[in-house]
Amino acid sequence: MLDPKEIKKDFPIFNNRPDLVYLDNSATTQMPKVVMDAVNEYNSNYRANIHSESYKLSGEASGKYEEARAIVANFLNAAPEEIIFTSGATHGLNTLAHSLGKNLKKGDNVVLTQMEHHSNLVPWQQASLDYGFQLRFIEINNDCELDMESAKKVIDENTKVISFVHISNALGTINPAKEIVEIARNAGAISIIDAAQSAPHLKIDVVDLDCDFLVFSGHKIGGPTGIGVLFGKKERLENLTPFIFGGGMINSVSYNDASWNKSPDKFEAGTVNIAGAIGLARALEYIQKIGMDTIKEHEKKLSEYTLSQFENIKGLKLVGTKNIKNRSGVLSFVLGGIHPHDVASILDRDYNIAVRAGHHCTMPLMKLLGINGTVRASFWIYNDKDDVDKLINGIKQAQKIFKV
Amino acid sequence: MSDELYKEFILDLYRNPLNKKRLDDFDIEQNGSNPSCGDDVNIQIKFGQDKKIEDIGYQGQGCAILEASTSLLTDEAKGKSKEEIMNLKEEDIIKLLGVNIIYTRKKCALLGLKTLQEAIKKYV
Repeated sequence: MLDPKEIKKDFPIFNNRPDLVYLDNSATTQMPKVVMDAVNEYNSNYRANIHSESYKLSGEASGKYEEARAIVANFLNAAPEEIIFTSGATHGLNTLAHSLGKNLKKGDNVVLTQMEHHSNLVPWQQASLDYGFQLRFIEINNDCELDMESAKKVIDENTKVISFVHISNALGTINPAKEIVEIARNAGAISIIDAAQSAPHLKIDVVDLDCDFLVFSGHKIGGPTGIGVLFGKKERLENLTPFIFGGGMINSVSYNDASWNKSPDKFEAGTVNIAGAIGLARALEYIQKIGMDTIKEHEKKLSEYTLSQFENIKGLKLVGTKNIKNRSGVLSFVLGGIHPHDVASILDRDYNIAVRAGHHCTMPLMKLLGINGTVRASFWIYNDKDDVDKLINGIKQAQKIFKV
Repeated sequence: MSDELYKEFILDLYRNPLNKKRLDDFDIEQNGSNPSCGDDVNIQIKFGQDKKIEDIGYQGQGCAILEASTSLLTDEAKGKSKEEIMNLKEEDIIKLLGVNIIYTRKKCALLGLKTLQEAIKKYV
């Protein structure tokens, strides 16, 4: 079991703002002190660039950076050389859309889902303009889950890549990742999992999932902003050409050409976010100590409680599946007669509750659902029933103000 | 609880907006949107013989702040010249609303004005 009140003590923001009800964890999570300390320690004790080990300090920084890579690898059950540090999930997906996309041609297709975040849609749209491949979408059903029959229809022998969101940031739906990866493998397609919303909330094992690539962001898992991870199977990374060129990734360079280092270095051109990587590693250690299964169970209970409270609010419509087995602690909803922004403003002003209102960077999905946006409350390890009760009171207050 | 932002007359305008209509005959039409929230408006304007705004209508889906501010703005715009519209400022909208608009909601309050001025610029 997990005690959110105890966990809150690890996060300085809750000490500095005791009244804060933070329910926007899908956007960014708060940062535990151990992560701040790790970042601070790099900057105050061994700050130097890496991989140019002419002196002790740089050697120490390089060592800690590679140690961070090993910790990430352990977190995903991968090998260190399969871990590339990026600036975030968006960076990872852009790398893949570009580097995989340029091997594709007219007649090929890339399969996504109707519930992708813009970051797993727009890079592919842009690459398809350059390389002529087609984009296809696995449809969602009335329960906001993926329609696996539709997957069978859109995936064919010309499908080269299937890139999909593990947990929808707008709906909270948990997609059957293992099943989709298997479909991809059987079709001879490369599989990519956008784990930005899943890595902080449930156990990710890339060996078990057997995916070719997986990305996630540091700031959604207690780490700093500007750091993220791109996992790729060793043989996939060997065959992938870099997307960004510069220092640190080079084997040899002449005035006319260049050759690359091995992975992961060849994907980490320029001076990387060293402090970010070290901070992210500390965040992963921190949540692993709590236990990913414990976190999942905690959020499941909290979601169940919230859904039961939602049942009692007239005019509240959940946007997403009610099937608790297939959903995470992301609760999207609309209220009859009140615009999501007005709900968020009232929650913020009267109850100090931070929720997100809007389209959540899934504009096509919102259009498909026939709505402009939703109010979204999303949980993490420090949220508890008190937070949910305040949310419920806030929603009722908004309805009272708007007389609906 | 004091409820400055959501005054009764703002909520009234949200429920019963002013000038929310399509014009059969108009001189300019302009779309505007807030990319961060996905809200949008469409404004249509008909000028009279005197080159002043004779009629104006808007369409769109938005929050209470957007509906109220665009309602009040379109009412205010009637009978005004292009120059007078271009001279309208953020403060004028806040004055029309009669409430302080917190930073996070300024874009909602000003989308109507931004769109109206885009339209006028296009027409000149």
